[in-house]
Amino acid sequence: MDVTRRNAMFMGAGALVAFGLPLRATTADIEAITAFTGGAEMADTGVTLTAPEIAENGNTVPIEVSSPGASEIMVLALGNPTPSVATFGFGALAASHAASTRIRLAGTQDVVAIAKLEDGSFAKATSTVKVTIGGCGG
Amino acid sequence: MISRRDFLQSSMAASALLGASGFGRWARLAAQQSLTQDQLLQFDTYGNVSLIHVTDIHAQLKPIYFREPSINIGVGENRGAVPHITGAEFRRMYGIEDGSPSHYALSADDFEALARGYGKVGGLDRMATVINQIRADRPDALLLDGGDTWHGSYTCYHTQGQDMVEVMNALKPDAMTFHWEFTLGSDRVNELVESLPFAALGQNIFDAEWDEPAELFPPYKFFERGGVKIAVIGQAFPYMPIANPGWMFPEYAFGIRDEHMQEVVDEVRGMGAELVVVLSHNGFDVDKKMAGVVSGIDVILSGHTHDALPEPVLVGETVIVASGSNGKFVSRVDLDVRDGRMMGFRHKLIPIFSDVITPDPEVAQLIDTVRAPYEEAMGEVIGQTASLLYRRGNFNGTWDDLICDALLSEREADIALSPGVRWGPSLLPGQDITREDIWNVTSMTYGAAYRTEMTGEFLHVVMEDVADNLFNPDPYYQQGGDMVRTGGLGYRIDVTQPQGSRISEMTLLATGEKIDPARPYQVAGWASVNEDTEGPQIWDVVESHIRKQGTVTVQPNNSVAVVGA
Repeated sequence: MDVTRRNAMFMGAGALVAFGLPLRATTADIEAITAFTGGAEMADTGVTLTAPEIAENGNTVPIEVSSPGASEIMVLALGNPTPSVATFGFGALAASHAASTRIRLAGTQDVVAIAKLEDGSFAKATSTVKVTIGGCGG
Repeated sequence: MISRRDFLQSSMAASALLGASGFGRWARLAAQQSLTQDQLLQFDTYGNVSLIHVTDIHAQLKPIYFREPSINIGVGENRGAVPHITGAEFRRMYGIEDGSPSHYALSADDFEALARGYGKVGGLDRMATVINQIRADRPDALLLDGGDTWHGSYTCYHTQGQDMVEVMNALKPDAMTFHWEFTLGSDRVNELVESLPFAALGQNIFDAEWDEPAELFPPYKFFERGGVKIAVIGQAFPYMPIANPGWMFPEYAFGIRDEHMQEVVDEVRGMGAELVVVLSHNGFDVDKKMAGVVSGIDVILSGHTHDALPEPVLVGETVIVASGSNGKFVSRVDLDVRDGRMMGFRHKLIPIFSDVITPDPEVAQLIDTVRAPYEEAMGEVIGQTASLLYRRGNFNGTWDDLICDALLSEREADIALSPGVRWGPSLLPGQDITREDIWNVTSMTYGAAYRTEMTGEFLHVVMEDVADNLFNPDPYYQQGGDMVRTGGLGYRIDVTQPQGSRISEMTLLATGEKIDPARPYQVAGWASVNEDTEGPQIWDVVESHIRKQGTVTVQPNNSVAVVGA
């Protein structure tokens, strides 16, 4: 059966994924971001998010965040039913302000990392991770 | 003082004017209608380092016909840029005269007539002659294999890649990277790689469990040639577990990993590398993007998308070389490296005209030996073709039309799907179709021809998904390969639209009715990446179909309407 893997990958992900469209942020995500930043502007540099362009397995996608000046880094998967992934805190004695983990993605979507820097400002990085049934290589 | 960049470009211009890239003298050759091995191999040795690049051989040990694509659409920044230029426009761009050997080797028009005139291409025994000739000029030239070597033929399947390993070993490569090799399964890949007398490289081959570089595949290897410290970095196909069955090599993870590539480039530069070469299976557009993202790479030897370019493409100060597929070409790149940097280059894409280049006797003997146990079985004539059978093209090829016809009739389906792979030689009208010919376009370790039910809506999702692998405007989201081929199904595609909006007007060709999203259809296909796919092997399905036809004729395929190209 050709459909098994796809069914398994997209089971329960709803009509949006069934049409192959990227999953979009909801009001709840925006509220979560506002709660973290207090509505402050976010710079484009200052935090690095490393994620695959295309997930090898949507159920376990390796990501890494780093921000040398961060006290906290929040990670969101904007298209997931529960977008909140993790918030990493770094103390004054932390040797490296980086963390890596694996996350589950319901479909193609943006993953966002927001760093709260020690000077009180915020930085944001976004990466689109595609969850696909795959094509046929050359 | 001339800047490095000016030097590179002037060297490029000079090579074009003088015809050092090979095509400038085709006009005269066409007039003479005679090619010689000396002309094909003529090269004024330059600088102090020579690289020899072969890639995507797909286990084609023997000479074949291979038609290049007539449709190869680029999107986003690559719209209208090489390699997305074909036919007459391509020939004008490179000053290639119509009817010349270069026309035959590099573009698709008048393929049948030119093929009858110029003959077959490729053959690893001919390739060996070319490589040895280059080594006669430059004994310490580096031979680099871009991968897709241990896949694609009857003998390769039955020996699980051993035939290719033995013949390639005779050519003495210095390093290799990988793609389809992994579809032999990780146990077999590990076994073969451990046996190799040369480096198996991949900075992006990782251990899946720990997300750390895999021990068996080092990221790079240093060579000292012509007094120059050269680092060769491997880049395997990034999307192996997605485009091919990941369950066959679950221990490995891949990805582009350009941040890691930058770290590796910085590391080898820090260790004193004066020349950094990336042996890549990214595909051409991905390599172009990577060259702009990662700094410090001098040369990318590009594979995967099977493009053959008579001149390198420059991105900043990085030279990108594309060397075709199926054993049809060898690229020679001579470099002048002085004071720790590349000062200039000279390049030639050498087409392997089988009737012109003398086979190397030792390699020819070795090829015959590895093929001998299988000659009788694979030589059996199954039928004849009245049509030109070829594969390349974004949306269809006559080989795939024939395969889809076989799936529709042998598996009694409404709709057939055939993967958009780019390997597989061509056959001329009037040629016999042997079992080997069928295997050349179907051989793989997951060739079961499934039959399943899909709703119209689901079919649309599949089509959109594959289209985005090809036409996503960001090359990093492209997997290489072409659009899935359809039998019994017509559609319209607007390549400029985003995913979800490209495919429309899906039509069941048997009735002319629009595809109903809610209705289930019987769909037959092959090359599913899912474990436990059931069905007869595709080569048996195609063989049975051809046997019944006797002589196959493929009708023109007008079922795909393309918009936005």
